[in-house]
Amino acid sequence: MKHIDEYRDEKVISGMASTISRRKAAKPLKFMHVCGTHENAIARFGLRALLPEWIRIIAGPGCPVCICPTEDIDLASQIALEKKAAIVTFGDMMKVPATDGSLFDVKSSGGKIHVVYSPSDAVSMARENPYEEICFFGVGFETTAAPVAAAILSRPPDNFSMISSHRIIPPALELLLNRDDVAIDGFILPGHVTTVMGYSEYEDFPKKYGKGVAIAGFEPADVLLAILNLVEQVIEKDYKVFNCYRRSVTREGNRLAREAIQNVFEISDSRWRGIGIIKNSGLKLRTEFQKYDAVKKFQLRKEKESIDLNPGCLCHLIMIGKIEPPECPMFGKRCTPEFPYGPCMVSSEGTCRLHHGL
Amino acid sequence: MKRERILMGHGSGGKLMRKLIKETFLKNLDNPFLSPLSDSAVIKMGKEKIAITTDSYVVSPPFFPGGDIGKLAVAGTANDLSVVGATPLFMTLSLVLEEGFPITDLERIIQSIKITAHEAAVDVVTGDTKVVEKGKGDGIFINTSGVGTIPEKISLSMEKIGIGDRIIVNGSIGDHGAAVMMMRSGFQFESDLISDCAPLYSLIQTLLKDNSGASSGIKFMRDPTRGGVAATLNEIAENRGLGVTIYENEIPVRDSVRSLCEILGLDPLYVANEGKVLIIVNRKKSERVLEIMRGHPLGREARIIGEIQEKPEKRVVLKTRYGTSRIVDLPEEEKLPRIC
Repeated sequence: MKHIDEYRDEKVISGMASTISRRKAAKPLKFMHVCGTHENAIARFGLRALLPEWIRIIAGPGCPVCICPTEDIDLASQIALEKKAAIVTFGDMMKVPATDGSLFDVKSSGGKIHVVYSPSDAVSMARENPYEEICFFGVGFETTAAPVAAAILSRPPDNFSMISSHRIIPPALELLLNRDDVAIDGFILPGHVTTVMGYSEYEDFPKKYGKGVAIAGFEPADVLLAILNLVEQVIEKDYKVFNCYRRSVTREGNRLAREAIQNVFEISDSRWRGIGIIKNSGLKLRTEFQKYDAVKKFQLRKEKESIDLNPGCLCHLIMIGKIEPPECPMFGKRCTPEFPYGPCMVSSEGTCRLHHGL
Repeated sequence: MKRERILMGHGSGGKLMRKLIKETFLKNLDNPFLSPLSDSAVIKMGKEKIAITTDSYVVSPPFFPGGDIGKLAVAGTANDLSVVGATPLFMTLSLVLEEGFPITDLERIIQSIKITAHEAAVDVVTGDTKVVEKGKGDGIFINTSGVGTIPEKISLSMEKIGIGDRIIVNGSIGDHGAAVMMMRSGFQFESDLISDCAPLYSLIQTLLKDNSGASSGIKFMRDPTRGGVAATLNEIAENRGLGVTIYENEIPVRDSVRSLCEILGLDPLYVANEGKVLIIVNRKKSERVLEIMRGHPLGREARIIGEIQEKPEKRVVLKTRYGTSRIVDLPEEEKLPRIC
């Protein structure tokens, strides 16, 4: 496949891995990526095994399913079961454990839950079923927020609404950079998020925090190039934002997508599952689109507290890169892909799920 | 609300389904013929061995590139008989039709059943029709049963699989699941994705009847349908307590299937096949078996994709093209496209 196979070429990859191994840093290095798709690529191609022992790649809060707060899933369940509206969402959301079960459980109890590939499919469903309430459960970072914004700008019919559980990346990075207990030597930024938003908003990080930042695509060569670049930044002590994904990312990003997000959403303080509320880290619908806000439309009464983490679950520490999955006593025992106890075991982008086997 | 109800994942061929079979069906119905959980039950009656199988087909949509629910029902049933070494003889056909289903579509499906039954050398000998109210079905469901006989000298079983055996597949994987997924997702792009749905009887019989000695090396066969190659290999690893190692570079996957899987974030190892067979064969006979398979139209792209090893116990490991490894776990339930 053109534009894929050349970035997976065995000779290129082994050459890059050798170059990284030959570099000599003064201390062991720990780089964090904040993207489930990066963790997926690293696990799928076994990239960690190609790196020297002195480099560790850890996963940060980059899986949109893992960080989606339980209260939002509980809300979707309540809408499906009590208001008899159809909840339409992405496949990954179906199995995430919430206070009273997952959306799969809601479906088996008679709630209407549909999986779609694109938010525009949800709008089409609303148009084709004018007598049915269709509620889109929007989850994900800037990458998914953009098509959701475009769907809202297409002026869906009145029987359409949405739950916005969208989050943005930069505030989560700042949170981690301000913690003393998570020593990170550099960040690998997600290529798709920066394709949408550009990288100008990360340019302060290297100066402010003395950490390297490399933007990477999702093929093995992209990831290794970013790691090589970060190693060199540490050795040279010359920290900057380096774009290793020039075939897709520019400084300014995709203007149309940015404008769509800005026109439809405004920044809000938002909860990240297991992490808590991060200031200015979420996206809520602007006033002019309030008629699509499912929370207002269905006026649900919260009957009990949502539980983000079950007792003993250490997903919150895994999501900030403080521990790795095997260090959690639940991992592979009470918490398995079959019956996930914590959110990181659910999605094919979840750190625990990927450590357990794809 | 815990997992007290049937979920879609209970029918996906993965861990949930296996749990249901063990904890609900086997617990109540176990007997020596059922317990091996093979594609067909093998029953000795006098000198003859009889293979019996049953299956239901609920594919949506009922027509897809390369086939339809009728072709799938006959090929699937005949294949379940063929992979235990049986000669398919008879099958039953039970239709559950939803009120409003077009009779022209039914006619097309029955024509397809006729053609595939001829190719698979089986006769449809009895049947049943039920109609359910609009909204209580999905157009058409087909249930079948199949009966065949197994020559006395043929005895295939998972128990025979041992360290050093090789794993052969007769061609590219994931074609059926990808073709159906493309239809279901309504992608508007051109693609040559086509289901591999086909009766494997002729290919398998060519192997089993070969008189050069190759057939004696064949230990076990299975058609990797739901759950794909990953599910079948995990079943072998777990059942035998051995390790299964497969080599990424050796596993044939069409570019069109790879492309769709890349878009949807899926792994072809988990995608369903309907015209593929995994054959576990003694190492010494493996090259000869491969040669015979490649001489048959359904085996031209046959490859040795892996081998049985002592470790890691009960695990399937994929050796990537870079020499690294990753675990190929049993699919826990339906594989769903990821968010981004």
